[in-house]
Amino acid sequence: MTTSPIQKVAQSTPDGVAKKIRGLSDRTIAWIFVAPTIFLLLAVNIFPLIWTIRLSFTNFRVNRPNKDVEWVGLRNYERILNDPDIWETMQATAHFLLWTITLQVLIGFLLAFLINKKFRGNDLWTTIIVFPMMLSPAVVGNFWTFLYQPQIGLFNYVIAFFTGVDPASFSMIGDVHLAPWAIIIADTWMWTPFVMLICLAGLRSIPDSIYEAAECDRASKWRQFWTITIPMALPFLMLAVLFRGIENFKMFDLVVQLTGGGPGNTTTLTSIDLKREAFEKWRTGYSSAYAVILFVTVFGLASIYVKALNKVKER
Amino acid sequence: MKNTLLTSAAAGAMLAVGLSSSALAGSHATDLTLCWAAWDPANALIELGRDFEEASGHSMNYEFVPWTSFADRMLNELNSGGQLCDLMIGDSQWIGGGAENGHYVKLNDFFDANAIDMADFIPATVTGYAEWPKNTPNYYALPAFGDVVGWTYRKDWFERPALQAEFMETYGYALGVPESLEQLADIAKFFQGRDIDGTTVYGAAIYTERGSEGITMGVTNWLYNYGFEYENPAQPYDVDGFVNSAGAVAGLEAYRDLYENATPPGSSNWYMGENIDAYRSGQVAMQMNFAFIWPGVEADENVGGGKSGYFPNPAGPAGQYAQLGGQGISVVAYSEKQDAALEYIKWFAQPEIQARWWELGGYSALSAVVEDPGFASSQPYAQTFLDSMAIVKDFWAEPAYADLLIPMQERMHNYVVAGDGSAQEALDGLVRDWIEVFEDEGKL
Repeated sequence: MTTSPIQKVAQSTPDGVAKKIRGLSDRTIAWIFVAPTIFLLLAVNIFPLIWTIRLSFTNFRVNRPNKDVEWVGLRNYERILNDPDIWETMQATAHFLLWTITLQVLIGFLLAFLINKKFRGNDLWTTIIVFPMMLSPAVVGNFWTFLYQPQIGLFNYVIAFFTGVDPASFSMIGDVHLAPWAIIIADTWMWTPFVMLICLAGLRSIPDSIYEAAECDRASKWRQFWTITIPMALPFLMLAVLFRGIENFKMFDLVVQLTGGGPGNTTTLTSIDLKREAFEKWRTGYSSAYAVILFVTVFGLASIYVKALNKVKER
Repeated sequence: MKNTLLTSAAAGAMLAVGLSSSALAGSHATDLTLCWAAWDPANALIELGRDFEEASGHSMNYEFVPWTSFADRMLNELNSGGQLCDLMIGDSQWIGGGAENGHYVKLNDFFDANAIDMADFIPATVTGYAEWPKNTPNYYALPAFGDVVGWTYRKDWFERPALQAEFMETYGYALGVPESLEQLADIAKFFQGRDIDGTTVYGAAIYTERGSEGITMGVTNWLYNYGFEYENPAQPYDVDGFVNSAGAVAGLEAYRDLYENATPPGSSNWYMGENIDAYRSGQVAMQMNFAFIWPGVEADENVGGGKSGYFPNPAGPAGQYAQLGGQGISVVAYSEKQDAALEYIKWFAQPEIQARWWELGGYSALSAVVEDPGFASSQPYAQTFLDSMAIVKDFWAEPAYADLLIPMQERMHNYVVAGDGSAQEALDGLVRDWIEVFEDEGKL
C-alpha cells in the first residue's frame, strides 16, 4: 500500500501537536485559514480608511513634520463643501461621467448588437474593436495628445476634411470649450469596447427559443428588440454603467496625460484636484476630508444603484 | 556533531562578515545616490561623476526624475524622511523647506573646515541656491548648476534680407535681437503664421504649463520687468499693492497678448520639453527656455551650428530681470552616508572640477570659471548666460513655497490660457491666496 504525501506529513506530526489539532473545532480551523486574509484586509484597506477619517478632523500637513497637529473638528468638511472651486471640479466630473457613460453605453450596445449577428470575420472585428482597452491609459493619453495636435494631428485634419475649417485654427486640448470633449472622446474610444463585451455577454445569454416564440407570434423585429432584447440585456447594461461610473469617477491618468486638468480648471476632475491638495499643496488633513467626502459619495451612489440593479434582475 | 558543524559555520560566517566590513571601512568605499531631475545636464553629471568614483573609491548611483514630476517625487522623499538620496540637487525654491524642516544638512562648519568660500561663487547663485534665510550666511547647499530663463532665436531667419525689409517697413526698426519685451512681441507677431520655406511657422514658444511650475517660470519674466514685486521691500510679506500693482497688471496682460497672438496653436500646456521640440522642429522663430538647453541647440543638426542666436530676457518699462533657475547640491539629513556625501561636495567645489563641469555642458556657478577671460567666447551662448545671470530674480523660497506656487500656477494659467476674468482679478486673487498662506504660516 502506498502512502500519500498528506498521510506522510500526518504520520510525521508529533503526537502532542496532532492531539492539539484534532481538538480544534471546524470553526477554529476555518478562522485559522481566513485570518491571514482578514489581517491583510484590515492592514491594507480598513486601517488606512480609519486613519484617513481621523486625519480629516485635523490640520495635519505631511510636509510640516515639526508643526503641532491640531484637532479642527468639522472645519475641513465645511471649507470643502463651501468652496466654489471644488463644486466646479464636481461639475466637470459630472459632465465627464454623464457623457462618457451615455456615449459608451450607446455605442457599446450598438457594436455588441452588430457583433452578435453571425457574419464572416466576426472574431477578427471583435479583436480589433477590443484593442483600445488593452492599452495603458498613459499610452492612450499620449497617443490622443498627438492626434489632437493642431499642426500635425490627424483628428484636426479629419474635422477639417469634413468641415473645411483650417486644422490649425482650433485646439482640442487648448480650448476651454473643446477640452472637456477631448477627454470624453479619448475615454469613449478606449472604454467603449469594455461596455461592448459586457453587452455582448448579455445578448448571448438570451436563449434563441424566446426569439423563435416571438417569431411564431409574428412579433416584428422592432418589437422583439424592445420587449425581449432590451429587458433581458438590461441587467448587463446596468452593470456596465456601474463599472464605468466607478472607474470614471476616479479617472486620473488619461486626463492628466491629455490636458493636465486644463486649460484653466475645465478638465480638473475631482481625483486630479484631490491629488493636488494631497501631494502638491500637502494639505493632508484637508485632503483626507476631501477623500472621505468622495468615498461617501461613490459608496452611497453605488449602493443605491446596486439595489436598483438587483430589483431589475429579480423581475 | 551537528552542533559543532553549526557553530563552525556560524563562526565562519561571522568572520567573513567581519573581514568584509573591515575591508570596506579600510577603503571607505560607499554607494552614494544622487537625486536630480532627468535632463541633459544630468548626463553631463554622470560623466563628471566618473572622476569622483576614480578618485574616491566610492560608487555613484543616480536617481533622475522628469521635471514635471521631480518636485512631487523628491519632496515626497524628503517629507517622508526617506533614505533614497544621499545628495540632492533640489530646486532653488526648496531651500527654505529643506532648511526649516531639517531635510538638508547645514554646511557652514563643513565649508569652514574645507576652505570652501561662498564668496567664490556667483552671488545670485549663493542667494538663490544656498542661503536660508536669504541674505544671511547660513548655507544648506553648494551652488551646483547656474540656470536662468533666456531666449533662443532663429538667426538664419532673422538675417534674411526680404524679412528684414518687410519688418522694417512694418515696424520702423531693424529686425534683430529685441531690446524690449514690446519689441519681442512685435517680432513674434511678425513671424506668427508666416510661410518660411513652405512651412507655416509661429512667433514664440513660451511657458504655459499648469501642472508643475511652468507658467510661473514664464510669466514672471514679464511681471518683473513691468513692475511686479513679491513683497514690500520695507515690510516682509506685505504683498498687497506690490504683487497686484498697475505695472504687474500690465505685464500680465502683455504676456496674455503674446500667448493669444504669437504662439503656436495648441501650446496651452507647454514647458521646457515642448518648447525645445517646437524650436528644433522649426515651428517657431523664438523660444523662451532655461539656459541648460543651449548646448543641445548648438549641437542640433536642424537649428545648431550658427543658425541660432541667444539673448537675455529683454527689458520692460520697470527694468530688466530674468527668472532664475538652477539648483544647489545638498546633503540629505536622513542619509547614513553623510561623510561620503560631504566628500563629494568637497570634490565638486574644486575649481578644476567646476571647469570640467562647464566643458561637459554643466553651468558652473564658480566665479573663477565664468570670469575666466576665455569663458565668454568659449561658446556662442556663454556671454548671454553671463548677462542673464546678472539680472536674475527668483520665486519665493519659503518653506511654504509649494503653497505659494500652486495658486500662482492656477491664477496665471486660468487668466493667460483660459482667459478667465481680468489680469487685475487674477493678481488680486493671488494676493488673497498668498496672504492666507502667510497667515497660516504665522508670518502675518
